[in-house]
This record gives sequence, C-alpha cells and structure tokens, in this order.
Amino acid sequence: MPEIIKNGRIVSDDWQVITLPEGETAATIALPAGRVIVPLAVWQTRREALAARIDLGEIGVWLDGTEDPLAIAADLARLPVVAIRFPKFSDGRGYSSAVLLRQRLGFGREMRAIGDVLRDQFNYLKRCGFDALQPAEGRYSRPQLEAAIASLNDFSQPYQASVADPKPLFGRLSRAA
Amino acid sequence: MYQYDQYDQQLVDERVAQFRDQTRRYLAGELSDDEFRPLRLHNGLYIQRHAPMLRVAIPYGLLSSRQLRKLAEIARRFDKGYAHFTTRQNIQFNWPALEQVPEILAELATVEMHAIQTSGSCIRNITSDPFAGVAGDEVIDPRPWCEILRQWSTFHPEFTFLPRKFKIAVNGALEDRAVIRAHDIGLELQRDESGETGFRVLVGGGLGRTPIIGEEIASFVPWQHILTYCEAILRVYNRYGRRDNLYKARIKILVKALGIEAFREQVEAEWAHLKNGPSTLTEAELARVAGHFVDPAYQVLPSVDRDFERRQADSKAFSAWVNRNVRAHKKPGYAIVTLSTKHHRIAPGDVTAEQMDQVAAWADEYSFGELRVTHEQNLVLADVRQADLFALWQQARDAGLATPNIGLVTDIISCPGGDFCNLANAKSIPIANAIQARFDDLDYLHDIGEIEINISGCMNACGHHHVGHIGILGVDKNGQEWYQVTIGGSQGNDTTLGKVIGPSFSASEMPDVVEQLITTYLARRHADERFIDTVRRIGTAPFKQDVYADRQPQRKVANA
Repeated sequence: MPEIIKNGRIVSDDWQVITLPEGETAATIALPAGRVIVPLAVWQTRREALAARIDLGEIGVWLDGTEDPLAIAADLARLPVVAIRFPKFSDGRGYSSAVLLRQRLGFGREMRAIGDVLRDQFNYLKRCGFDALQPAEGRYSRPQLEAAIASLNDFSQPYQASVADPKPLFGRLSRAA
Repeated sequence: MYQYDQYDQQLVDERVAQFRDQTRRYLAGELSDDEFRPLRLHNGLYIQRHAPMLRVAIPYGLLSSRQLRKLAEIARRFDKGYAHFTTRQNIQFNWPALEQVPEILAELATVEMHAIQTSGSCIRNITSDPFAGVAGDEVIDPRPWCEILRQWSTFHPEFTFLPRKFKIAVNGALEDRAVIRAHDIGLELQRDESGETGFRVLVGGGLGRTPIIGEEIASFVPWQHILTYCEAILRVYNRYGRRDNLYKARIKILVKALGIEAFREQVEAEWAHLKNGPSTLTEAELARVAGHFVDPAYQVLPSVDRDFERRQADSKAFSAWVNRNVRAHKKPGYAIVTLSTKHHRIAPGDVTAEQMDQVAAWADEYSFGELRVTHEQNLVLADVRQADLFALWQQARDAGLATPNIGLVTDIISCPGGDFCNLANAKSIPIANAIQARFDDLDYLHDIGEIEINISGCMNACGHHHVGHIGILGVDKNGQEWYQVTIGGSQGNDTTLGKVIGPSFSASEMPDVVEQLITTYLARRHADERFIDTVRRIGTAPFKQDVYADRQPQRKVANA
C-alpha cells in the first residue's frame, strides 16, 4: 500500500488512483474493487451506474489542471475525497482549484494533491487547503518522506490569508508599528 | 524606509533555510535539474554563460547605506568586486558559485534583503518611481503601497507557479516614472472626488516578444480592496493563462485573446467573491506600513542656497552636472541627485564595490542614509541639501559617478546581453560602450538634448528597447549578431512602442547608425524639439531614408 502524507503524518493509503490509459474510455474502463479515485470523465459518465459504490463511500474523483471544480459542485456531498492532479509541479492551476473547492464550494473532506507533487510545494499546498499529499510513486524513499514533512512548515507565519490561515498576517497578529 | 519586524525577518530567515536545504538536495542528486530550476529561479539564481547569476531584490528600488555596504561586501567576498543594477531596480551578481548562494542569501538576510521571486513564473519585485516621496508632482506616495503589495505577493500560496512571470508597477505622481503601461499590472494611485485614495488599474502591458501597452481594467479601485482586486486578476490568469507555449503565456496574451471587456467580466465575477473578504486592507495596517515612509527630519532652508548659485556660476562643469543630474525637490533648499553609472568604459548599471561603499558614505553624509535605484540603471540620492551639492559632485566625479548625462544619448539603458546572459542573441554592452564613445563630447551631447537609447540583447527586452526613443535589439542571423533598430518609442504617460526602421545592422555599423539618426534629427528639428518630438512630427521615413541612403544593398545587410 502506498504511503502518503495526511494531516502532517505518514499513513498507508488504500485509495487507488485510476487513470485512463490509451485506448480506454471513461465508459468502459474496468474499476477494481475497493476504494478508487476516478477521473472526472468517469464520474460524469458513470455516476448513476456507480451509485451503490458511491453510497459505500468507495468513489472519489480527481480533477486535472484544466478541469473546473465547479463541474462537481453538486456532487461534493457524495465525495469522501477529491484529488487534484499536478501534471508538472510547476503547473500551478491546481492551487486555484483547491482554493475554489475549499472556499467557494465549502468542500470539507479530504483534498489530495496527486501527480508531480514535491516536498518543495508542501507549504503552499497545505495553505491552499490540501490535507493529503501523495508524491508520485517511488519519488521519495521512506526516510526522504519523513524528512519532507518538515517542509509543511517552511513558512511559519505567512503574510497572506489562505485556507489554512483564514486571516492575513496583519489580521492574525498584532504587528508593532 | 520599511524596517522588518520579527515576522518579516522570520520569513526571510526561513527562506534561507529552505533554499539551503534545496541546494543541498540538488547537490546530493535528490533534486533533478528540472526540479531545481524553478526553485533556484524563485531565489533569483540563473545558471549563466560563465557562472551562475544571482539577482537580488531591491524592493521598489529603495536601499539603505547599510544594505549597499553589504552588497559591496558580497561583491568582494563572493564575486569579482562589482555588480550590475538592472532595469527592474534590482542588482545582479554575475560570478557567484552555486554552493555559496545559500551563504550569500544568509548575509543578505542580516540586512533585511533577499532574492525572493526575482525570477521565475511568479510575482516579481514590485517597481516604482525612484523619486517617490520627494517629487513635486506626487499625488500619493507609492512606497507604502509597494510594501503592502510586496508582502501580499511574497510566497503567495496560490500564485507562486503562474504560467509566466508577473510584474507589477506602482506610480503615484502626475508623470509616470514607473512605466506602468508596460507591466502585467500597472497601478496608478489616485484620489476620487471625496479625496479617498484608490487605484486606476491597467492590465496586460509588457514588452518582450509581443510588446503591448496595458489597458485599463478598472478606473478606480478603493484602496481597501486593492489586494482582493489583484487576487481576482491573478486567479483568472493562473487558471486560464496559456501554459502550452512559453511565448504566449504572459497575461497580455490572455487579455488580448479574451478582449479587455470579457477579461474584466471574469475578474469582476471573481472579485465579487473576494471583495470585503479577509484580505481587505485595514486603516491600521495602512497606518503601520505608511509609518515607515514619513519624511526625514528636513531642515528649514531658503529655497535657493547662495553658495550653491555662486558655485554654478564659477564652474561650467558643476553647472552642467546640476543641469542634467539634479532635480527639484519638494522641500525648499533640497535637491534630488542622480548618480550616473553610464560611461563608455563600463557596462551601463555596473558599479564596483568601492563605488558602492562611496555611495553609501555619501548617503550617510548627505541624504539621510538612503538611496534609490532607477530603472534607467542609475542611483539616486533623494534628499541632498543644495549647500552640499558641490562637495557631493566633487566626490562623485572622482569616483566616476558624475557623468553629466542623465537623459542624454550616453545615458543608455542596456541589459547584460550576450557577454553574460544565456538567453541573449547578441552582445549589448559593447554596443552601448561604442555609442557612448562616439558621443563623448559633452557640448555635442548637450546640444543633442534629451534622448533615450535602450538596448536589449534579445526579444525578452530586458533593456526595454521598444520604449526607447532609439531602440536597439540584438538578433541572431545564421549564428551572427545583428541589430534591429526602432525609433519613436517612449516611456511615461504617453508610452508608445517604437517602429522598426528597416533591415538590421552589424555591430560595427551601430555607432554610425545612431549618429546618422541624430544628424537627421539635428537637421530637421524645430527649436526646443526633442528627438522623440521630431520623430513624432515627421515620422520615421526621413530617418530611414538617411540611414540607408549610402548603404549598398548587398553590404552586410540581413533582413530584419
């Protein structure tokens, strides 16, 4: 079982992230048993067919950089996890998607960063509302992952308001003139 | 100027620790080149032609003498004893060793400096008017706003991996000295009818490959809402700016593609959610920051110092320097001094460690311990008593920083070009120096009058060639360096983009070309008409005709 960082701790994780390989379609791809995080297209195509598994809390959805979180606004109550994929770690669209999910749509369950996720982004990801961080498989050894947890707190009192810090520094603390 | 509190200091210290660890992991092979690149760029570190280049932030161009001495020390300890002031009011070290960069950043942090977000696809150093706080035409002091924006944009969690770099400039005077029309966001401080402070907001300006003048997106955003308004712009850009093509990734391309109306609608829709949210500025925060930018303890002085007048009458050289390099100050008896870095034997913007120490000493003695960097790559002592000008001039002249050429032909703006920069197609500095050498005669220089020459070594346009009265762009033609010339560009309130005059020239032709353009101007100018005014009146055709008149078509001419 892969290990991910959740709420600042390393945990084993049994969610399987499903991708659509070449030649497969959202309608036809076989979904394994157990907990799966499916592409938005699968969710949109098979929502009704998957109703029983959805009710069991076995189905999550992941969004790509180009996919608008508003597309799942009506479904959020049924989703135990929403993942946002970073195709490259330097592609920052996922940060805005995360903020919209948390602040605009009020999503309160697990929000997970997947794809090209590096420890050097952890602090930004946390502040944008991600509580689960899943670096690509094999990217970090166990000791490296343990060391990476420190990056969550790279900046202890950031200037901005964010999901993690609802007030900006000037509203959070008293700053002497 | 702004002084860090414990939180500002802590953030900068934490950044040093973060980058120290990132450098360690890179050198240990735990971070690949591709992974390390954006991280080092976010700390101003380029891997350059000869060595890394480190760009250090000078927020809105403001420096203390203590900071300048630290920069001199870094130039000596970690570099070759000099550094380069840039067109974005920053400073660059051209020869530091990668392994030593964390140490340099730690040294900078001891004087409240850093290299945060001086490169990379993020919000860059906020730039502004070098005469902020002292200019007579100032409506509202831009410095507190620059600092507020600096803090808001530093490590912004949502906007650190944008499609491309993002530059914000703020102007608070009647004359735009911050080139706000050539920035991703240009902010113009204004008062409404009730006297409330706010911003006219321009968006989508920029030079580079596709030069575009910024368009107005909002005529007046009240000051409390400026951060949420910028956040709305950035969010629309972060989500919808192109990421498939580096050359089409700036916000200007998105604004052009959507049209300003549709772009405004998207921003307003986003802003409706953010407005009045927690990032809304408070009176208390504004007062806290503005408290760092109050006037120094000016003396009450007569508006004209008699001794200063006498000195000018006695010395033609001093008088020439005063005419070109000294500007009126808002306070009677004070003056704004521009120290010129421009001289035909050095690269525009290059300053040695010794000169930095000297300037720091003058700042302490004559200007309340502070100075500014201009986007024209010169240094400004903003609060000098008229009575001190003669003594300052003598010392500056001895230090090679008193060329009386501000705004003249030899006050050339230039990027580092192919001598240093990996991106460059052609060298810039030798072209600048060759032109400066050609116009070394001061009387001739003053007779020609005000003219701005800008040189960029490639179309990234760090030398802002599009807005030069004469713009020179290095281009590569089959592995050879050529120079494309534009005329009629200008910065300021009437920012315009120059027009290409024709096929490009070789390096050796450039002094002749510039001289011919100026000869044409001198022959056709009306009394008191600047070069740019003549170009506007008669168009580019006469210049073009004269420049190309005696050229053989086949002679060293490459197509632009």
